[in-house]
Amino acid sequence: MLRVLQRSFSVTIGRSLALAVLCWNSSVASGQLISRPVPPADAVERGQKQFVIQCGGCHGADARGEDDGPDLVRSVIVLDDEQGSLIGPLIRQGRPADGMPAFDLTDAQIQDLAAFLRERTQAAINRNAYPILNLLTGDPKAGEAYFNGAGRCNTCHSATGDLAGLGSRFQPAQLQTRFLYPRGGRGSAPPKPTTVTVTPRSGPAVSGTLEFIDDFTVGLRDAEGYYRSFSCDAVKVDIQDPLAAHAQLLWQYSDKNMHDVLAYLVTLK
Amino acid sequence: MRWILFVACVFAGVLAAQPLDPAKLLQPPTDAWPTYNGDYTGRRYSPLTQINQSNVGTLNLAWTRRFTTGGGRGGGGGIQIKATPLEVNGILYFAAPDNAWALDARSGRELWHYTWQTTGGLHIGNRGFGMYGDWLFFETPDCYLVSLDAKTGKMRWNHQIADVKQEYFCGPAPMVIKNHIITGVGGDSLDLPGYLESYDPETGALQWHWNTTPRPGEPGSETWPSRGSMEHGGGMTWHSGTYDPELNLYYFGTGNPNPVYAPQSRLGNNLYTCSIVALNPDTGKLAWYYQVSPHDSHDFDNVETPVLIDGEFKGQPRKMLAQAARNGYFVLLDRTNGKNLLTAPFVEDVNWSKGLDADGRPIPNPDKEAKPDGTLVSPTEGGAANWFAPSFSPLTGLFYTHASESYGLDWKTDLSKTPEGYGGRNQTIWMQNQLQAIDYKTGKVIWSHRYPNQGGNRSGLLSTAGGLLFGGDPTGNVFAMDSANGKILWHAGLHTSVGNGPITFELDGRQYLVVGAGDMLYTFALPGN
Repeated sequence: MLRVLQRSFSVTIGRSLALAVLCWNSSVASGQLISRPVPPADAVERGQKQFVIQCGGCHGADARGEDDGPDLVRSVIVLDDEQGSLIGPLIRQGRPADGMPAFDLTDAQIQDLAAFLRERTQAAINRNAYPILNLLTGDPKAGEAYFNGAGRCNTCHSATGDLAGLGSRFQPAQLQTRFLYPRGGRGSAPPKPTTVTVTPRSGPAVSGTLEFIDDFTVGLRDAEGYYRSFSCDAVKVDIQDPLAAHAQLLWQYSDKNMHDVLAYLVTLK
Repeated sequence: MRWILFVACVFAGVLAAQPLDPAKLLQPPTDAWPTYNGDYTGRRYSPLTQINQSNVGTLNLAWTRRFTTGGGRGGGGGIQIKATPLEVNGILYFAAPDNAWALDARSGRELWHYTWQTTGGLHIGNRGFGMYGDWLFFETPDCYLVSLDAKTGKMRWNHQIADVKQEYFCGPAPMVIKNHIITGVGGDSLDLPGYLESYDPETGALQWHWNTTPRPGEPGSETWPSRGSMEHGGGMTWHSGTYDPELNLYYFGTGNPNPVYAPQSRLGNNLYTCSIVALNPDTGKLAWYYQVSPHDSHDFDNVETPVLIDGEFKGQPRKMLAQAARNGYFVLLDRTNGKNLLTAPFVEDVNWSKGLDADGRPIPNPDKEAKPDGTLVSPTEGGAANWFAPSFSPLTGLFYTHASESYGLDWKTDLSKTPEGYGGRNQTIWMQNQLQAIDYKTGKVIWSHRYPNQGGNRSGLLSTAGGLLFGGDPTGNVFAMDSANGKILWHAGLHTSVGNGPITFELDGRQYLVVGAGDMLYTFALPGN
């Protein structure tokens, strides 16, 4: 599904649980796809220790289930639970018919287990925080050959010039997305500006940095710093986009090319 | 004179109180826009001609209106209008997450504003109302079907249609067919089973429930390796479909399978995810299906509007269904039986696919499944097309859709035998939006309008018998094009980009155009008093 990085945080809560749930309402960094209050780390840690010892044998240490016990991360009872409201009675009574014994746990222990399970479900939901695994599978030599050969990267870039130290400035995941299509941002020089030359039907051509364009208006910043705009239907517009080669390469890269180039770029320390 | 005016206004008031005539749902939209797509065909084609190629250049602003939620949900009090308003008897009805409004369509004056007290859920958007007589129906992010009295905006009843705590969220415009209020659900972050339901408009009682993935032993279960995989297989129903009254079939698209980017636990085609489905709306029984993205692993929800086309194909009159799918392919089916007539890509690169099988179905390329070190996939997660309304004009025979050329990286992050949730990530690398006009008979792009700037575009489209195609561009303009060739004939700059589908209707002999952009509605008409 197409998603935006915007979640709501409120939950239906019983009056008696309101205060405790507020304690679970930790701050969430922007971009994180958290749908419910995440419990405090110390409760999660206690719950995890207890879970591994008492529940992990059947349900798996990560609560995703094993042959003997079901997945709890996607369990409807766990998802509908509020701090032990549903799993507490189930744990204490067990499910003898399904082979699950009863456990005599305190309220605090059950709340800690609930905290751990809530953390597990939110971690499964929060895909923006999934750790990226190993990106460096390419061949640096082949990457260098592509850089100087088929990719023609060396037409604009130099490993000892503008790209010197690139591998020290970025983590591989950042570097992978940025070499494919550069953007500005932290640790990165802004991409070279797009320039434009506007030629009116009469009068001299005007060149500058492209600030805006749509089907109707083109706006530029000229060499003296003045903003000037023109109606597109009254001028000829010639855009020079320094990133055009990056976009064109997207059609050409094989995944191997991409992995090789990344492996090469990270060597530019 | 005053007395006559007074009588005229009272008479108009009486008219406005009339319920929606069900016959309006079966007609091309003229004085009413009574359902999400204007009529059951999904064409978003208006037979109105008052605004046409010769005069559209003089189109004027009639009124604007800004909407706030009163400091509640939906983004700091502001809203993003994604709903297509309904217009019935001179009144506009539209919704946003947890909020709904009725306006005088002639003036934009607010008649009522309804607010729902939410219990959570992803507030990504609301597509609007379904209407039955005097009753309105909309879905809330926390998955309640809410019925309002159209006259007052007072709630009649509400009914929970999914459990928000399981990570469902809801927002499609309910589809009204006879006495069925058909509702869909969304949410693909935790491997939920998708379904479609029908409710009684009077009581809110459930009429039928149809699972988008089979259960063990049912037809389609052979396309899943295990009970768990199909019961956690996704296939959400987050967009309204179309309806053929003669065949009595409801057509809609289903969402992606789960886990999204890590398909190793669901080997097989994963029916009926990423499919076009035809159901009997009285029973909820499956008539046929056509899977547009078998064994999807790229988040290509196939919910894009299945547009009904009656016309010729290879010299024979046919009842057809066309869709510009998120995966980048245009498909044309015989809607009596779901047989494929043609499939053709409508963007340049569809590298996730190795081509088509004998039934015209795209064949996924396993080399382009998400990998730990990343694969470069086109189109990216948001797709070549998405829910943004397409349009079909019988005048030109062209199917219009906004389309994005794009590349993204797909990383698999969960290599286990039993991945959960997304199991991977996507990052869009580059995107360029354009408007494609596709000949339904060949699948060829006849003309294309590429916007000069990069980025996506969420505007829907509307074609008219005036030879016009209305839509929005990525920089906040609403425009009218010559629907035959894409020449821009009129535009107006709005405060932000169009975010819903434009609609048109005629009141008192005057044709109006209404578009939503950000938190505002803009209404245009030809110059008048």
